[in-house]
Amino acid sequence: MAPAAPMGRGGSRAAPAAAAPPWHVLPDEVWEHAFSFLPADSDRGAAAAACRSWLRAERRSRRRLAVANCYAASPQDAVDRFPAVRAVEVKGKPHFADFGLVPPAWGAAAAPWVAAAADGWPLLEEISFKRMVVTDDCLEMIAASFRNFQVLRLVSCEGFSTAGLAAIAAGCRNLRELDLQENEIEDCSIHWLSLFPESFTSLVTLNFSCLEGDVNITVLERLVTRCHNLKTLKLNNAIPLDKLANLLRKAPQIVELGTGRFSADYHPDLFSKLEAAFAGCKSLRRLSGAWDAVPEYLPAFYCVCDGLTSLNLSYTTVRGPELIKFISRCKKLQLLWVMDLIEDRGLAVVASSCNKLQELRVFPSAPFDAAEQVSLTERGLVDVSASCPMLESVLYFCRRMTNEALITIAKNRPNFTCFRLCIIEPHTPDYTTHQPLDAGFSAIVESCKGLRRLSVSGLLTDIVFKSIGAHADRLEMLSIAFAGNSDLGLHYILSGCKSLKKLEIRDCPFGDKPLLANAAKLETMRSLWMSTCSLTLGACRQLARKMPRLSVEVMNDPRRRCPLDSLTDESPVETLYVYRTIAGPRFDTPACVQIV
Amino acid sequence: MAHDDLRGTELRLGLPGSESPDGRPTAATPTLDLLPSKGAKRVFAHEAQVPPAAASGDGNQAEAEVRGEGDKKVAAPPQPAAKWVPPADSLWAQVVGWPPVRSYRKNTMATSQLKSSKEESDAKQGQGFLYVKVSMDGAPYLRKVDLKTYKSYKELSLGLEKMFVDFSTGRSGSNGLKGKDGASESRNDGEFVLTYEDKDGDWMLVGDVPWKMFTDSCRRLRIMKGSDAIGLAPRAGGKSKNKN
Repeated sequence: MAPAAPMGRGGSRAAPAAAAPPWHVLPDEVWEHAFSFLPADSDRGAAAAACRSWLRAERRSRRRLAVANCYAASPQDAVDRFPAVRAVEVKGKPHFADFGLVPPAWGAAAAPWVAAAADGWPLLEEISFKRMVVTDDCLEMIAASFRNFQVLRLVSCEGFSTAGLAAIAAGCRNLRELDLQENEIEDCSIHWLSLFPESFTSLVTLNFSCLEGDVNITVLERLVTRCHNLKTLKLNNAIPLDKLANLLRKAPQIVELGTGRFSADYHPDLFSKLEAAFAGCKSLRRLSGAWDAVPEYLPAFYCVCDGLTSLNLSYTTVRGPELIKFISRCKKLQLLWVMDLIEDRGLAVVASSCNKLQELRVFPSAPFDAAEQVSLTERGLVDVSASCPMLESVLYFCRRMTNEALITIAKNRPNFTCFRLCIIEPHTPDYTTHQPLDAGFSAIVESCKGLRRLSVSGLLTDIVFKSIGAHADRLEMLSIAFAGNSDLGLHYILSGCKSLKKLEIRDCPFGDKPLLANAAKLETMRSLWMSTCSLTLGACRQLARKMPRLSVEVMNDPRRRCPLDSLTDESPVETLYVYRTIAGPRFDTPACVQIV
Repeated sequence: MAHDDLRGTELRLGLPGSESPDGRPTAATPTLDLLPSKGAKRVFAHEAQVPPAAASGDGNQAEAEVRGEGDKKVAAPPQPAAKWVPPADSLWAQVVGWPPVRSYRKNTMATSQLKSSKEESDAKQGQGFLYVKVSMDGAPYLRKVDLKTYKSYKELSLGLEKMFVDFSTGRSGSNGLKGKDGASESRNDGEFVLTYEDKDGDWMLVGDVPWKMFTDSCRRLRIMKGSDAIGLAPRAGGKSKNKN
């Protein structure tokens, strides 16, 4: 959205009626007010680049800051540039850390950010960390430093324990959201929940589903009872089913529920209790949980199915007709995450029942088992894409695929914004023609003009990358594994893909040439990850020399003690991680990571 | 541990098209030798080379192997004696971090499968994995190990040492995890002590009971500072506190 003309007009109308000054001498407050209507940070960034006075007005009024790579800028840079920030989000490790490809102790410590924020943003209200190392000290500092702290969101983080949570509970008087998603939290057997004072009632979101330890149920019940605004409650495994029913009765206003472990032997009275409790939750819209669910309990949920818009059953091992029956009653579903136990026949039912579906994720129940156990194939995805007109985001794990299916899917759903297909065995071709899946994925990128995220898999040659480079103009994130046959593949991507921000590649035969030939492209991107490709140390050194504003990190075998400096240019590089940064090289790398 | 540790022990699949007409990949065998690779697949020579000291001289050989020109097969290189088995993947996992399932999800599913099929596991061979948490005093975060990947206390001890090598405090190499049987020698008596929490919730010294009994009852591991481990010194008998 171009700020210039409308901004000028708005400005002159806001000025005093008597004399309308020329727009460029309007006081900063007017611009700050105007900028507050810009929806996206990128729009604010564009406005700030227009002229000095807009830069000043924009940065001084910026309330929300998202740092997508914690090493792209130093915490002090962020605090200095945007002094009025109230909400900050910082992301640390590269995405492939989720799959164990990043060495431990790689970095992404949250402590420097917390320290800088404590100093420079005393009015900070919200902190969000993703894939970072957050210690108990960090949490204690957060609790002590921000008097109006309201929202703490930790996603895929590690390094802290229930002691840190205790500090948050005890110290953050105005806490509204405590959202812990998929973190590794050490259990210190501290009753952190008890540390919320009796006078504390402001909680709106409480998510401790990833916590492995026990929780004092009585304390939880009292907390839930007194927090009348509680809208999101996601429990962990420790809460038994009958206690769930009690909690629901105390919080019938709940909108989002995570049930924790949902398993018990079937008892009719427990069933009735649950059913009654759910019947009272008229506002319930989002449901999740790690259900070793006994299928007999599923009907207890029937009364909420009508209103559900989001269903996350991706940890549920229930299969068969009960599962399908349950999902088919959720006619308003917009988001569905399931295991592949739903199989093609289940997805066929989803396709016909859930026409409002926007996002589908199908996870593998037995990813490491080579034997095919579930009948989930390309059919399921074809059915859903044919019948769900609003479907725009897919993550699909399966074991076989055909070009024809992908071409059909592309034709049915040109509105995909996110398409991630993972065919579990590397190099799997079209199972009917034994051809590479180039044609199928090419169809996807040619048809889905708004595609922002793509993950490819299966047997693929350089041809598919030519299509992606040429057609995927809006693509921001691309994940490639076990694909391509030469340097050309990478060259096509780096010389095309106009909007590319994140590229992550593993186990592909891409070498030095395309990397060096497209070095300038890397500065327009947020980051590049290449592991188990054909790179040499010499190329990395050359890249680093050529592009001083990139940080070039090389990661090798941690058992190897000799320093990188003594290795020759021809030495192979196991992992390369390159990102643009204004902060210069970082100093917190472990021994196996070196900045070239 | 770092994915690189796994290179020397991982299995490789050949290209399906090159192996058999119907496109199925060769079955993964539960050995830890490197299979010869074709085409795009390659062996990481810096892993394949045995002596880590002779690193720079091997550059050229490494490159030739890395390029994997044509159909040149790469012979399985000599493997180091003490096999490091990574904790993060079961024996049947072919490649590190593939398929791309989040570690969190893998661990959660492993735990739930373990809990829900305890009875079945006694009837069958047993689950393919047995993940327990490992904490080390002073380390910023925990790890998980699959006890099924070890066959003895010695292997476990070596494995844990490697896993926590980043947190070792200056003593070169071994921290000397102390245990009763076969654990590596300690350089400093009681520097670190390996303990575990058993089914009853008691904290025990690792090494007193036979390995199988240990894996059946171990719920989690803790590498304690020696100074905290007073009272858990190795002794001839079994459990330190028991109704006798």
